[in-house]
Amino acid sequence: MTLTYKASQLIKEHASEAFPNECVGFLYGYEKEAREINVAIKVPNSKEGDQRRRFAISPLDYMKAEQYADKNGLDFLGIYHSHPLHPAIPSEHDRKQAVPFFSYIIAAVNENKEVTDITSWRLSEDSQFEEEIIETLIEQ
Amino acid sequence: MATIIIPTPLRKFTENQSKVVTKGDTVQESIHSLTNVFPELKKHVLNDDGSIKQFVRIYLEDEDINVLDKEETKVESNSTISIIPAIAGGAI
Repeated sequence: MTLTYKASQLIKEHASEAFPNECVGFLYGYEKEAREINVAIKVPNSKEGDQRRRFAISPLDYMKAEQYADKNGLDFLGIYHSHPLHPAIPSEHDRKQAVPFFSYIIAAVNENKEVTDITSWRLSEDSQFEEEIIETLIEQ
Repeated sequence: MATIIIPTPLRKFTENQSKVVTKGDTVQESIHSLTNVFPELKKHVLNDDGSIKQFVRIYLEDEDINVLDKEETKVESNSTISIIPAIAGGAI
């Protein structure tokens, strides 16, 4: 999977500014032989209460995300979120709520609000997360 | 008759169709019509007893069916039903 430098920068900035809470956003691009993610868009974390260990996306924001992909000729390819003070490894909670096909990008954030790691995961046929290698693409 | 919008992650179970016109006068009949045609979709949307799964939301236009008549909500021929995966997670 390739992730453009611009999209990865947006994810890092969002993860940093949301600290100590989790941030969340949508990922778009093109589903080719190798998946290309070149657009990341911030979404409000709709989780009620403590957002330091949880994120959620409202159903209406999800509907808008599908419409955005449709209108712009993009494929809706996944979700990113941050793990403040935790490694960029999906939790059991992440896995239980995950859907097939989507890439789940996770950004680990340290106490200095710095992103220390970015990983990406997809569900396998037996509903287990498998890591996918991210190749950063520098746009011309 | 209603049109059901399939969310991107589930389109591999509907032969990549994003919209499917279904039969039925209620949301429940429409969804069962859909899963009869695409049985692989069923386990991602419905429980074994035919009820909607916990992590799936169903909207009629811009309204959650839970604030309407739930699965018994009536649909018209120009109705649009959206299947929405409940996107959530967290570090622990």
